[in-house]
Amino acid sequence: MQHLSIFPVLIPLLFGVIMLLPPISRSIHSQRVASVVGCLFLLLSCAALLYQINNQGVQLYALGGWQAPFGIALIADKVSGLLVLLTAFLALAVILYAVAGQDKGGAYFHPLFMFQIMGINGAFLTGDLFNLFVFFEVLLIASYALLIHAGGKQKTQAALHYVILNLVGSSLFLFGLGILYGTLGTLNMADMAIKVGQLQGETATIAKTGALLLLVVFGLKAAMLPMHFWLPKTYSSASAPVAALFAIMTKVGVYSIFRVYTVIFGENAGELANIATPWLWPLALLTITIGSIGVFASPNLKTLSANLVIVSSGTLLACAAINSEAATSAALYYMVHSTLASAGLFLLADVIARQRGKAEDRFVRSRPFVQPKMIGFAFAIVALALVGMPPLSGFVGKIMILQATQSSTQTMWVWPLILVGSLSALVAFSRAGTTLFWRHNGSGSAEAEPAKPLEITSIGLLLLTTPLLVIFGGVISEFTQQAAFYLHDIQSSAYGLLPGVSP
Amino acid sequence: MNSLIWLPFLPLLGTLVPLLSAHLSRTACAFLTAALPALTLLLVLSHAGDIFQGERFHAVIPWIPAIGLDLAFRLDGLAMLFAILILGIGLLVILYARYYLSAKDSIGKFYAYLILFMFAMLGVVLSDNLIQLWFFWELTSISSFLLISFWGHKTEARKGARMALTVTGAGGLALLAGLLILGNTVGSFSLQDVLDNGDLIKASANYPIIVVLVLLGAFTKSAQFPFHFWLPNAMAAPTPVSAYLHSATMVKAGIFLMARFYPALADTNLWFLIVSLTGLITFLVGAYIALFQHDLKGLLANSTISHLGLITLLLGMGTDLAAVAAIFHIINHAIFKASLFMAAGIIDHESGSRDMRNLNGLWKYMPYTATLAMVASASMAGVPLMNGFLSKEMFFTETLHQASLGSLSWFIPVLATLGGVFAVAYSMRFIHDVFFNGEPINLPKTPHEPPRYMRVPVEILVAICLFVGIFPSLAVGDLLFAAANATLNGPAPDYSLAIWHGFNLPLVMSIIALIGGLLMYKNRAHLFKFQAQFPASDPKLVFESAIQWLTRQSQALIAWAENGSLQRYVFFVLAFAVVMTASSLLKLNTTAGQRPEIPLDALSITCAVLLCISALATVIWHRKRVVALITLSVVGLIVSLAFAKFSAPDLALTQLSVEVVTVILLILALFFLPQKTPKESSPRRIVRDLSLASLFGGIVGTISYALMTRPLDSISTFFTENSKTGGGGTNVVNVILVDFRGFDTLGEITVLGIAALGIYKLIARMRLFMPSADGNGLAWSEDRHPMLLKVISQSLLPLALLVSAYIFLRGHNMPGGGFIAGLVTSVAIIQQYIAHGVEWIKTRIKFDYQIMIGSGIGIATLSGLGSWVFGHTFLSSWFDYFYLPVIGKFELASAMIFDLGVFLTVVGATMLILANLGQLTTSERPTQQEHE
Repeated sequence: MQHLSIFPVLIPLLFGVIMLLPPISRSIHSQRVASVVGCLFLLLSCAALLYQINNQGVQLYALGGWQAPFGIALIADKVSGLLVLLTAFLALAVILYAVAGQDKGGAYFHPLFMFQIMGINGAFLTGDLFNLFVFFEVLLIASYALLIHAGGKQKTQAALHYVILNLVGSSLFLFGLGILYGTLGTLNMADMAIKVGQLQGETATIAKTGALLLLVVFGLKAAMLPMHFWLPKTYSSASAPVAALFAIMTKVGVYSIFRVYTVIFGENAGELANIATPWLWPLALLTITIGSIGVFASPNLKTLSANLVIVSSGTLLACAAINSEAATSAALYYMVHSTLASAGLFLLADVIARQRGKAEDRFVRSRPFVQPKMIGFAFAIVALALVGMPPLSGFVGKIMILQATQSSTQTMWVWPLILVGSLSALVAFSRAGTTLFWRHNGSGSAEAEPAKPLEITSIGLLLLTTPLLVIFGGVISEFTQQAAFYLHDIQSSAYGLLPGVSP
Repeated sequence: MNSLIWLPFLPLLGTLVPLLSAHLSRTACAFLTAALPALTLLLVLSHAGDIFQGERFHAVIPWIPAIGLDLAFRLDGLAMLFAILILGIGLLVILYARYYLSAKDSIGKFYAYLILFMFAMLGVVLSDNLIQLWFFWELTSISSFLLISFWGHKTEARKGARMALTVTGAGGLALLAGLLILGNTVGSFSLQDVLDNGDLIKASANYPIIVVLVLLGAFTKSAQFPFHFWLPNAMAAPTPVSAYLHSATMVKAGIFLMARFYPALADTNLWFLIVSLTGLITFLVGAYIALFQHDLKGLLANSTISHLGLITLLLGMGTDLAAVAAIFHIINHAIFKASLFMAAGIIDHESGSRDMRNLNGLWKYMPYTATLAMVASASMAGVPLMNGFLSKEMFFTETLHQASLGSLSWFIPVLATLGGVFAVAYSMRFIHDVFFNGEPINLPKTPHEPPRYMRVPVEILVAICLFVGIFPSLAVGDLLFAAANATLNGPAPDYSLAIWHGFNLPLVMSIIALIGGLLMYKNRAHLFKFQAQFPASDPKLVFESAIQWLTRQSQALIAWAENGSLQRYVFFVLAFAVVMTASSLLKLNTTAGQRPEIPLDALSITCAVLLCISALATVIWHRKRVVALITLSVVGLIVSLAFAKFSAPDLALTQLSVEVVTVILLILALFFLPQKTPKESSPRRIVRDLSLASLFGGIVGTISYALMTRPLDSISTFFTENSKTGGGGTNVVNVILVDFRGFDTLGEITVLGIAALGIYKLIARMRLFMPSADGNGLAWSEDRHPMLLKVISQSLLPLALLVSAYIFLRGHNMPGGGFIAGLVTSVAIIQQYIAHGVEWIKTRIKFDYQIMIGSGIGIATLSGLGSWVFGHTFLSSWFDYFYLPVIGKFELASAMIFDLGVFLTVVGATMLILANLGQLTTSERPTQQEHE
């Protein structure tokens, strides 16, 4: 279908709008129904889109009928197709959790949720750098609002930090865009990719400042050291469905780094070829290090989850630094895995916190769980997946990344860090698990409310993906390899998107 | 596909059986659980004939080629030997555990974990792919963790489980690295390819690192020194687990690994040095420590460490015969040690204690069990006619043939004999302390014989001990030969399994060990006294405190780095931005470009100076909020003037109206904030921030200057050329906004709408007290809504709306458009709020601003969707010219509908924010009097 590429943006937009209008705006019940239906539609259309991409190749959607580079174009390729499908699945799982009751903590949860999805999908799909800025704004502003959902002093403080840092980020984004437009005369990514190779001398130098400024912006989003400080507090204080949805937010930053520094400032960028790589190397490795230390230091499960998000960001950035097809493929696989598993952990941490009374999710002695078996099983699954132990998806991603390092210097840096990072997660999770599940005082008290069926379904859906990612690992990794090949092949990822331009 | 695939997967299915049958009787559950492993064992045995003929079975299903992982299994002699041990002893343990576990314990869960382990362990030994081998290897660590912590309410179970998982997990990660390098070196992850390429591997530069990493995996798993400490602490597990995992099977996984990779990695100096020395040290350390344990299981655990060291030593020696001896001892140790653990479990179960200082004279209470235990101990000590004797004899023989240490090689047989002495001594202690040596002391229960069937597994194992010991070739000849063949990846050497080789040196060593051990046991009091001088150290506590120290250090580091200061975080972001931009600007030699400069005039200079001054003033007076707001609005005003000067009237208009609305909003917000801001920055910080800000400002200024003085060839010419013909409007800015880049605008109005919703969300439930006086203590004016303001604003409203309609309609061709019109309308309505107050408006304006936002975004989206009907892409515009009498020729464009959406969203969003900020306070307005 011709318009399928824009569905991932339009569906959440329309559902968000409908929820602001009567009669749906008047009852939380109809908003819930609308949300779930919307997410189902979104999932179906994203699946159909990916199917279409697989069969017919890249889908180019010129908005307003204005051809690139003059108008805005959406590019649904295997990379963006995979990521919008991931977002749609995550959204469905998270919304199921939210409708079980957490959506009542404040106004407008459902429309904001939808707008948030719209922003994320738009950021993945757009082929225009300014449009990327716009969708960054959409997803950021929605995330500011979602962050304060269900109120509280901690949330407001964390949200304030998040807002101000990201406003700084947005300003830098605009500076960067201005510089790039001022040197390249275009902001269509494919067009930029072609023009950047012709830049020379001083113009190239000026363009480089813009390009590197964008690395700051995307790095902030991706929680790259030294700009990761906001993340642990923000993620650990957000309400569960929001934190779970945020699992994909750092990935938007990582994705932008991959897209911009592979397609535009990649191999073929002439004087500006691979400009991000020398910066990404040390920062990615330091991010993994600080994240792993944070994992070790975490006093509660939510902070642990947040620090794991930092580790996964660092790992993905290391893939970007390796800058090869194999590394990109590994990153795509790992991205899917870590998004779903971290989201699962954020939701599970909420269930755990609610059943342990005052101890919440802190690693201290507490009363027993109401549903120890189910929660324990889910915890084991999440832990194994995130540590990267077989038989769950973490290990596949990890091995793909390890295998993607090329020179022995790369290997010497990346392998020990990733493996020691896994060990640190293993120790942290074993400590967490044994304390949470076995260190009890007194006998069971059934005061706490058991997790609701919808909440269980939601967590179950997320956790189910991790064995599936292994069982179908062959097909999936083949797909990510194709996607990576596409991204690194400037013939298809740049020239192929501009009719009438040839190298 | 042959039945090989089923071998590991039958037990995997089997993990479900105990969970499903847990509600049945314990016996039924045990039998059902045993069914699938038994079937698997039969399947394995059905291949025995072919394997003994030297055949090898493979089965491969491709799985994840990207990481070299295939579902690949092989069955050869070595794999079969281990499979038989795993399944055979596993079945006996199932039976044993049925009686061992108490009624409180969940037997279904226990069996499920046990079978899960069986599956994992079978996977390890049957793997024909390196990655898959690691896959199952890690699964054994996980299932071992679950089994050790089966009694998770006990501290030592949790700690022991964590320690075991950490040590074996760390080793597993090293192993993964080693296997990956190994596979990359060979170019294949197939085990057979690796085994066939031993020479290539040993010649490769990667060889040392491969050996070290793979051995790290093996040594941690098989509890070799210095990683041996986890095994005694794993004894917190139920005894069936100790018997099965921590003596017979899992701890042999490391040994298996060394045997499996023997053709690929062994037989070099490096291998010899690391493996044999580690083995030797472990052999001696384990034997020594075992003697001083008071806990029955502690003794057995350390003896296991020692025996694992012995096998490792044999594998390190590098001769084919040593490898045969190693395999033989694997079998023997598994059998006698499993039976000993079970016997220890029986003693514990029926007497309530495992402390050898209290357990004395049990012979009287349980003679039958005592006999079994004594036979097994004798095998452990290496007494003739037992299986342990045979392999120990082979071990001694091999130590004598070792010459790799040059003139120091004689150390090896001597130390081996010393280890043998200790082995006899601790075996003696096990027998004598427990079954004789006086009367029991303060046992919780009166000891008695166990249930009949609890003894059966021990009986079977002890019978095998004797059978192998007396008829070795009949009992295990074929199996041993096949396993040796498979280990060596070639023909096994000639060896003899006879029990009598004549009176030779190894026999002398055995005799020395026996007599020496007895003497040592007899004089144990002196040894114990000597040992007591060492300060007691519990590896568990050392390990825990090491972990806790690490945790504290990490916490300190994190607390220092993430100190919660927003200023610091922003500083980092900006500093990073400075580094990124400055790094390339340093290479830019000339700032100014070639483009001719626009002539300067006095007005522009004045404005520029004003702009700088007011920007600086904002910073200087930022703590006086109202003043800062005024200076800030000067900045905004000059920016709009600049837009106007550089022929961007639309932007100027927009900027102007945005200024108005934001200043009003800010004043409203300031009303709720403290009037004065305290001084928070230290002078140092001011200097730091000022420097950073100046630096960044300078950089941005430099870049802007560099950019503006250079010519640019951009896509914007396309827009000016196509605005009228393609977009139907002469106002290029508006056509860009609503047509060329309408999608951006759609996004931005969504942002505006969301912002309003977000602010509403933040303040909807907030209720603040209105201060009764301003900052100087002056009471508010009594006249809340001055008449003059009311009248003027009310009469201005229609005028303003008319202006905004005009601006809206002309937008497509002249400066204007939905955005500006929306802002103008908002200002007009705000004016009413100011003049009349929220309450007054509420009763008159029934607009729901939320609906306005929704319908605004909705209309804009629908106008875009409309183009689908005509087969165009989203947001494709349509326009045409019409003629009506009186009005004349006019244009209709779909973009106007879009612009209407923009208009509604802008009004809705602004008003939603404003109306809610306005009613933040309690409606009761405090007066000065009430406070006095």
